[in-house]
Amino acid sequence: MKNFQIIKALSSGSAVSSIAKENSAMFIAGGTNLVDLMKKNVVAPDKLVDITALDLKKIEFLTAKTSIGALAKNSQVAEDKAIIEKHPLLAMALAAGASQQIRHMATVGGNMLQRTRCSYFYNTDMPCNKRVPKSGCGAIGGSNRMHAIFGASDSCIAVHPSDMCVALAALDATVLVEGPKGKREIKFTEFHRLPGNTPEKDNTLQNKELITSVEIPNNNFTKNVHYLKVRDRSSYAFALISVAAALDIQNNTINDVRLAMGGVAHKPWRLTEAEEFLKGKTISETIFRQAADLAMKGARGYGDNDFKLTLGPNAIVEALTIASSK
Amino acid sequence: MAAKKSTRNKLTEDESNASRRDFLKKSGLFTALALAPPSLVMASEKKWDEKIAEYLETVPLSLEVNGVKQNLNVEPRTTLLDLLREQLHLTGTKKGCDHGQCGACTVHVNGTRILSCLTLASMQQNAQVTTIEGLSKGKKLHPMQEAFIKNDGFQCGYCTPGQIMSGIACIKEGHANSREEIREYMSGNICRCGAYHNIVDAITEVKEGGMLS
Repeated sequence: MKNFQIIKALSSGSAVSSIAKENSAMFIAGGTNLVDLMKKNVVAPDKLVDITALDLKKIEFLTAKTSIGALAKNSQVAEDKAIIEKHPLLAMALAAGASQQIRHMATVGGNMLQRTRCSYFYNTDMPCNKRVPKSGCGAIGGSNRMHAIFGASDSCIAVHPSDMCVALAALDATVLVEGPKGKREIKFTEFHRLPGNTPEKDNTLQNKELITSVEIPNNNFTKNVHYLKVRDRSSYAFALISVAAALDIQNNTINDVRLAMGGVAHKPWRLTEAEEFLKGKTISETIFRQAADLAMKGARGYGDNDFKLTLGPNAIVEALTIASSK
Repeated sequence: MAAKKSTRNKLTEDESNASRRDFLKKSGLFTALALAPPSLVMASEKKWDEKIAEYLETVPLSLEVNGVKQNLNVEPRTTLLDLLREQLHLTGTKKGCDHGQCGACTVHVNGTRILSCLTLASMQQNAQVTTIEGLSKGKKLHPMQEAFIKNDGFQCGYCTPGQIMSGIACIKEGHANSREEIREYMSGNICRCGAYHNIVDAITEVKEGGMLS
């Protein structure tokens, strides 16, 4: 690993200003992804700004929303009793990610900023438009079993690896950030982006903004929810496909619903068309199947990952079935 | 008398190591400058070399390892794992994958299990670290160590320090209530010999015996 300078920030303002002037400076918190990327020389910052002393660790339950500090640990959120009660989908998604050691280290903000696990991105001997713009894509025509079926481009077919983010996209969360130009809010579904011609950009943060918290509006998704994660082993593996399903059911009728998928796109993939279709319908396997078929419109495989075109709709039906029968 | 002498020798050795490191660092820098292209020489005229030197500097670090206070100097890039093994010579904590995928490097920091290979030592100011070496009390092994031996919780033993550190935490966190739950919350510790069944037995025995206070 290339050596670097490290400084500790004592306020979000000083963190932002100490990083803004330097091209090759980055924030570090849990480090579970960044330290790994630095060891592999995928990223090589000259300076790290340690933000772990900032007062951004709190989980707060406000009148109309839940606020989760960017430095709250993944395990802290996953095991918070009030989170399990009010936002069980988020707790489930977090518990499905990584291992307990990593969840103890990893923060909510860092989870959002983790890079793709595409093996071509990690291997500096291979071309990768995300790592080195205009160098080509090894995954297109290469080993692409883990890769995208929605929203990919000729430049990049990588997927975002997070489980937590799939739940937050489903729950209409908002991201609060602070940058040199002040504070702003970003809708969670607009935080991550599709690759297009600039896959080097994972998200819509500008000028090295710092994520300070994530807010989830109050909702009725406290019972009929499920996070289904399909992977190569039963724990501690990235999703081939995951589905976050949240239903508000009254008298066997779907009053409201949220659906999102992971492991299928460069961002958490919200299934709005399927949601609209399901609203007001009576629960049955037939309508779940119809919703799943709607959700898969526009999906395409790249060879090794063609199985996701079948696995995807089956996973949606399974997640809805489990959620509705709780 | 002999003890005194060895202490003195040790100090001298450390001092000589320190000065050798400094020499290597400085001579390395001079060599780099001597071979540097004109742009870098210009950089040196503008005193950018001071900045280069700054990057090679170590940062002071105070932390407690297994109850012993340590005042050290570390490079910012040094991981906690390398600090434990290479600087403190506590080689019980193992380097498996070095990329956060195997759990062999699991230690406790401030009572929480973490992966020392993905932890920068320079970010652990005043931390309390416990490694496998810190578990036994004199010659009396920790109940989890005893249980691993009794239940054959290992074959080659390479993953064992990480498994034991993780197993203790798994119980303390309240995640050892069933074999399924133990398997899920121990999934970050890979055992290539496949001793999983016996590892779960060992953890279950310690949990059910109420052997952890």
